[in-house]
Amino acid sequence: MKQKTKLVTEHLWKRFAPRQGEEVIAIQDLSLSVNQNEFVSLIGPSGCGKSTFLMIAAGLERASQGWIAVDGTEIQQAGADRGMVFQSYTLFPWLTVQQNVRFALKKSRFTAAEQEQRVARYIRRVGLEGFEQAYPNQLSGGMRQRVAIARALVYQPQMLLMDEPFGALDAQTRLLMQELLLNVWEQERITVLFVTHDVEEALLLSDRIYVMTARPGRIKAEVVVDLPRPRSLVETEASPRFVQLRRQVLEMIRQEAQLSFSALSK
Amino acid sequence: MKKPRCTTRNILQESQPRLRLLELRTEIPPRIYLAVGIAFIGAFIAAWTFLTAFELVSPIFLPAPTEVFKELWRQVGEGILWQDVSLSVYRITVGWLMATLFALPIGILMGNFRLFEGMFEPFIDLVRYMPAVAFVPLTILWAGVGDTQKFIILFIGTFFQEVLMIMDNVKTVPRELIQVSYTFGLNRWEVLFHVILKSALPGIWDTFRITIGWAWTYLVVAELVAASGGLGYRIMRAQRFLDTDAIILGILVIGVLGLLTDTLFKVTYRRLFAWMDNRN
Repeated sequence: MKQKTKLVTEHLWKRFAPRQGEEVIAIQDLSLSVNQNEFVSLIGPSGCGKSTFLMIAAGLERASQGWIAVDGTEIQQAGADRGMVFQSYTLFPWLTVQQNVRFALKKSRFTAAEQEQRVARYIRRVGLEGFEQAYPNQLSGGMRQRVAIARALVYQPQMLLMDEPFGALDAQTRLLMQELLLNVWEQERITVLFVTHDVEEALLLSDRIYVMTARPGRIKAEVVVDLPRPRSLVETEASPRFVQLRRQVLEMIRQEAQLSFSALSK
Repeated sequence: MKKPRCTTRNILQESQPRLRLLELRTEIPPRIYLAVGIAFIGAFIAAWTFLTAFELVSPIFLPAPTEVFKELWRQVGEGILWQDVSLSVYRITVGWLMATLFALPIGILMGNFRLFEGMFEPFIDLVRYMPAVAFVPLTILWAGVGDTQKFIILFIGTFFQEVLMIMDNVKTVPRELIQVSYTFGLNRWEVLFHVILKSALPGIWDTFRITIGWAWTYLVVAELVAASGGLGYRIMRAQRFLDTDAIILGILVIGVLGLLTDTLFKVTYRRLFAWMDNRN
């Protein structure tokens, strides 16, 4: 049975023309696809254009050339069919947790009662019941990202784009957040495109991983993560297959990181 | 950001009650903080009293604090003070409001749209280096010595700085906050009103506080040069009659009024933007 494709991009280029200096190619001839209900990670050394690609997928940046579409419709601008979670904290500091989540429903077609229900459900899903009336400044970094996840899911987008959402968190919180996301995803089964530079994070969460090259960003390899689900942090990471895959991906990333490292030190 | 942290040092401090007041960047008890502030003002008044009591300075140049107080009593009794204060406050309010009424929308446009920034900034940069005080003679020719001339001076002195500050307030709204709002399906006007302006408001409020402080300076300058009423006028008149106590009183009253407006804005800031507080 052929799976339905959610997001597809073909021969996508992104060039930046700075005021001074020569043109920078951030993304070079990138083609990939994400299937419906699939969790796909995009991994690569920093500066490889993976975040730029996510911005293009979100419709917040335009590609210089090439095709990118969701459900067969070319992406022209940002829209509520794609939810996004950023690395930096993007909660509205003047709104409480509850109001932040509800804010995302401003343009939705849900009735008022449904809205209340959804807000409550997603706050519960990320484990923040009891914090509904708290302001973002009163929350820890991990809690803020949980609100951001709830807020990105509450309006029922077709897919979720995540740009290193746990990148700013400390190591312990990060592990807990990965588990939480794993749980949420098992329940929601929403299509996810996840950008990270953390190999273990990508392996734990994803069905498939695209490894990108150093700048200009291209697809270096596609890795199918054939680890059984449901996964758990402790058991999955201890399995021999996980260790094998990690070595494989790490080696690819290391080569690319070295390339960009030596390019920078020149 | 005075967040008490439970570090080893704090624990040590609790076990040994010796007060350390001169540690670099370390909190001190709030009572001491308040006391030294009051003590300094007290010392200032004491020094003033000392200089005048022994006539180390001629009373024509520096009257005793008691003389200034007597003058205050006289002006309050005759209703002069109230008249001057209300006139000056009226001028400040109208002049500053006029400047703000223009600075707010234009600053918001400049902060959001490069087009308007490109349009207005070169002109504003040029004008804001022209001292408002230098416009006093010209504005007298234009509008006489009445309230209108004061409004014009206040406008020139306030608007050109305020508009750039508001532009900067708007620009400090994090990009990601705007981007995430687009992903909820909001259009750009909704993003502008529901996100950018809400986010920039605390900064804008602070800009109001700062610019109204400057407005006081410009008002007094305008009233010193030519006026038939107001605090600046009272000071200028007093100078003619060598009425040093009235001059000092006028300066003190302006200081107190400035402090009051500042406090008013600070208190409303804490009220309006309680969500900025990161204490639970």
